[in-house]
Amino acid sequence: MSLLLNPKTYGPNFLMSEFNTNNIVRFENVGLRYGFGPEVLQDIYFELAAGSFHFLTGASGAGKSSLMKLMYLAMRPSRGTVSLFGRDIATTPRSELPALRRRVGVVFQEFRLLNHLSAFDNVALPLRVAGVRESELKGQVEELLAWVDLKNHMKARPPTLSGGQQQRVAIARAVIARPRLLLADEPTGNVDDRMAYRLVHLFEELNRLGTTVVIATHNQQLVDRLGHPEIRLSGGQLRLLERSDKTRQSKIKPGGRPIAPFDPEVLDYL
Amino acid sequence: MFFRRTDIALDQDAHARFLPVLIAFMVYLAILAVAGIMLLQHSMDRWNRGISGTMTVQIMSASKSDAGGTDRAINDALGVLMATPGVLNAVALSEDGTLDLLRPWLGDLAGQADLPIPRLIDVVVDPEAGVDTQALAARLAVAVPGSSLDDHRVWLDRLVRLLRTIEIIAMGVVAVIGLVTVGTVVFTTRTGLALHSEAIQVLHLIGAQDTYIARQFAGRALWLGLKGGLVGLVFCVPTLWAIGYFAKAMQIDAISQASLGAVQLTAIASLPLVVALIAMFTARTTVLKTLARMP
Ligand SMILES: Nc1ncnc2c1ncn2[C@@H]1O[C@H](COP(=O)(O)OP(=O)(O)O)[C@@H](O)[C@H]1O
Ligand SMILES: [Mg+2]
Repeated sequence: MSLLLNPKTYGPNFLMSEFNTNNIVRFENVGLRYGFGPEVLQDIYFELAAGSFHFLTGASGAGKSSLMKLMYLAMRPSRGTVSLFGRDIATTPRSELPALRRRVGVVFQEFRLLNHLSAFDNVALPLRVAGVRESELKGQVEELLAWVDLKNHMKARPPTLSGGQQQRVAIARAVIARPRLLLADEPTGNVDDRMAYRLVHLFEELNRLGTTVVIATHNQQLVDRLGHPEIRLSGGQLRLLERSDKTRQSKIKPGGRPIAPFDPEVLDYL
Repeated sequence: MFFRRTDIALDQDAHARFLPVLIAFMVYLAILAVAGIMLLQHSMDRWNRGISGTMTVQIMSASKSDAGGTDRAINDALGVLMATPGVLNAVALSEDGTLDLLRPWLGDLAGQADLPIPRLIDVVVDPEAGVDTQALAARLAVAVPGSSLDDHRVWLDRLVRLLRTIEIIAMGVVAVIGLVTVGTVVFTTRTGLALHSEAIQVLHLIGAQDTYIARQFAGRALWLGLKGGLVGLVFCVPTLWAIGYFAKAMQIDAISQASLGAVQLTAIASLPLVVALIAMFTARTTVLKTLARMP
């Protein structure tokens, strides 16, 4: 597996020749450690093609949230290169990062709603930050809140909402600005199955419109039923699971290359 | 845009509540100091103008045996003075007039005949004429031995030096007030940043520019600064009035007669705004500096 994912295997010209700006996310040889602790992520190498849909799985503590944080630019890797929308984050001027972040919608694992703001204001936040006028955003926010069944809670503050309701506010906030990349960290953890499918359906709808989606989850049933390719984290390393019964074509290219030509057996193993 | 709703709940910060109180106090002190500086400058101008048009000649009274000697000396001195170009007028104070001047110091003793009371001549000169006081004093000394000419320069110079010192101290007070205000705003803003780090982090990750976040703190600081500043200004009005009232009661003409012009009053009235703007820019700079450390 490490053979497949380690770019060193392919020689020095490999990275340049394979570089593809159609990739929404690109990790090269990324490692991450907190403080002086051990590396939580090691030698991560992957690309997410535009319009792809992946589940990110792994045991609790495997590093799913950490990988997400690197993608939504909350952290910088300890080593390696992270590129977003074709831009190497390390060399992108700081003043240009907000524009990149606005194209990423995030559902945080802990929601991170602003408790003093109403559900409406929380959802409106990405639009306001982007400078959308109040008259324009009102309709959009109301429509989306209605869609996630919160029509009657628009003025409510998050602490007065149930866990599931808060989660829907968080999801609405993540998708309101129609991001090009949607990262959802355990977005269905606090809702019942019916709502979970409904929310994933929302993500699929966005995906159909062109948004690249990554959903971190440990709900294996959900993963199995929806049949999207699965990236699994374990031992700080990343593997692509693409079982033969899945009909959808994965657009992930571990190692920046199609997997098949190299070693068909690896595919089965994964 | 500053008074729009904010995404960060800065209006609920208990720690920021003392900021307007402090700014009110600072503006209050600053206005008193600035008003003091303006009054001093005003007084110095006035004294300078008033005094450079006057001189005093002092003539020792002649001995008892030489009756009329004093009057002759006065006439000689008046002759020299009136012959000097630039001298507009010279009037000798009568003996009684001189005694009246001395009475507050000497009391009834001033009436005792044995005391040799010097006589004074009030001289009015054209300040523009540039009268050479040293030459005039020399000529007077020749004509009337024992006479002396006082153009009040020494006294005025000392007074001006004293007032300048007071002025510098007042300016120092204003500078310290500015520094304290800046320091307090920096502290308040830093506390606010720490208190609202979660909201700031979220705004940051959602793609807010640093200036978007800084604007909310800056707007808040401007508002708190204006509020405090206006309170300070309001409290200054009765204070300045009271100072004027007591100055009049105590016959300190320099204060009671000095009035502040429209320019000065405008400057004083705009101090709250100036302080509020300082608070605003300080808050903005502090936030931007802190945010620059975020990834
Ligand atoms: N802020 C942090 N400081 C130190 N260690 C952390 C921090 N966040 C996560 N970790 C560690 O990193 C590892 C991966 O955590 P995380 O990314 O949250 O995993 P997951 O989301 O898969 O549960 C865990 O061992 C966790 O203890
Ligand atoms: Mg997690």
